[in-house]
Amino acid sequence: MLDINPDIEKKISQAKVLMVGCSAGGFALLHDLIVHLPENFPLAVVVIIHRSRKYESSLEKILTAKGSIPVRLAEDKDILMPGNVYFAPADYHLLLEPDYSFTLDFSEPVHFCRPSIDVTFQSVSDVAGSKAIGVLLSGANQDGAFGIKYIGENGGLTVVQDPKEAEVNTMPESAIKLSVVDMILKNDELFNLLDEIYRIKEVVISSNKS
Amino acid sequence: MIANEHITFDELEQVIQLVNKVHGFDFFEYSRASLKRRVTRIMGLKKLNLFDLKGLLINDENFFEIFLKEITVNVTEMFRDPEFFKSVRDNVLPYLASFQHIKIWNAGCSTGEEVYSYAILLQEQGLYERSMLYGTDINSDVLEEAKTGIYDLKKMKLYSENYRETGIRRSLANFYTAQYDAAAINHNLKSKTLFSIHNLVSDGVFNEFQLISCRNVLIYFALNLQQKVMQLFYDSLQPLGFLCLGSKECLRNETISKRFKVIDKKFNIYQKIA
Repeated sequence: MLDINPDIEKKISQAKVLMVGCSAGGFALLHDLIVHLPENFPLAVVVIIHRSRKYESSLEKILTAKGSIPVRLAEDKDILMPGNVYFAPADYHLLLEPDYSFTLDFSEPVHFCRPSIDVTFQSVSDVAGSKAIGVLLSGANQDGAFGIKYIGENGGLTVVQDPKEAEVNTMPESAIKLSVVDMILKNDELFNLLDEIYRIKEVVISSNKS
Repeated sequence: MIANEHITFDELEQVIQLVNKVHGFDFFEYSRASLKRRVTRIMGLKKLNLFDLKGLLINDENFFEIFLKEITVNVTEMFRDPEFFKSVRDNVLPYLASFQHIKIWNAGCSTGEEVYSYAILLQEQGLYERSMLYGTDINSDVLEEAKTGIYDLKKMKLYSENYRETGIRRSLANFYTAQYDAAAINHNLKSKTLFSIHNLVSDGVFNEFQLISCRNVLIYFALNLQQKVMQLFYDSLQPLGFLCLGSKECLRNETISKRFKVIDKKFNIYQKIA
């Protein structure tokens, strides 16, 4: 079982956006996590993976077909909605506006990456503050470490895959080195976290109704 | 603590107000998320806090030029999205060939790489001599770079790859001269190009065009401003002229979109039909 202390429980209960950053070696796990998401998942999910612009990808279609909630490429000015998964498109940074609509951005790559995990983590954190959760998985560079720190400083929940279980541990290790994160989770615990988010938010939603 | 350079959305509004009051530039309908990133970036580069930034914006004319350049995104490539240029070559140029004169407007051209990409396509197809290419931007610095047509030789590797991927068996090296670490666009490719300042927010129609290309500019505008600019493009196009947008930008507004025919859905190429 996951150790959810009151501080973490509070952060989850107010959360609106779940961000997941992933690169080399993280895709299989990401795939399984997304397929695991239940219908009516209470948060909007934003995913940043490093992907090449050279290849067409039908990732979103495949994941929508396999999973229970819609998975799509984020489009310019789309409004972020709970129960949906949005992927950052290849070759653009993905930003969030104060009205929770997306802006695509073609500025310089960060850590040689566009989309960059840091860029989206910061931008969403600027808007969502303590209502943001950031999860960083396997990867071969330092992208995402600063973003995790930034989310934490803004009061959001920070989660990093246990480097021992990551196929490529540079990314999670960089994040743990740069700041104190809320949770370092083994792979099966990451699935538990999704269940816990669902459970805790259910309680919040039903108590709001009554 | 978050770095000093961090500003809030409220502070960003103050900066936008100030820029408007002191310099007359209107960024009110720009994407806040992008502006916030850009302003934070320049504060980091120049080691400024909000107070210093405001002081410089008020007191230092030269700083404003730098500020303007840094807060707008000036990243561009030659033949970015090779398949887009292939589509222009296959679907648009044969049509343009039937016009007596071909006038092309590249709005938000930054350092000009895309203008020269069009010039190369036109030359390749034997249409360049009766063409005129206009590149506009709000920033005079990038336009100066565009006019020189001299680029970092290192970038030419990517540009050459892009060009090859447009599906032509010719080398980009035919169109520039390499010297030391620079690549100079051939002089004849510059003879029909004209670069000048134009602000999509505040300036109007200045000519009539057979093709308008504005890619990866509208993503930085709020929806209202996007619609306004679409109308400007519509008004600036000759009947049956073409509008090319970025691969993530499309005609959303129905009143405008029904006056255009979709030529390439994936790459957002449209033709004005009504």
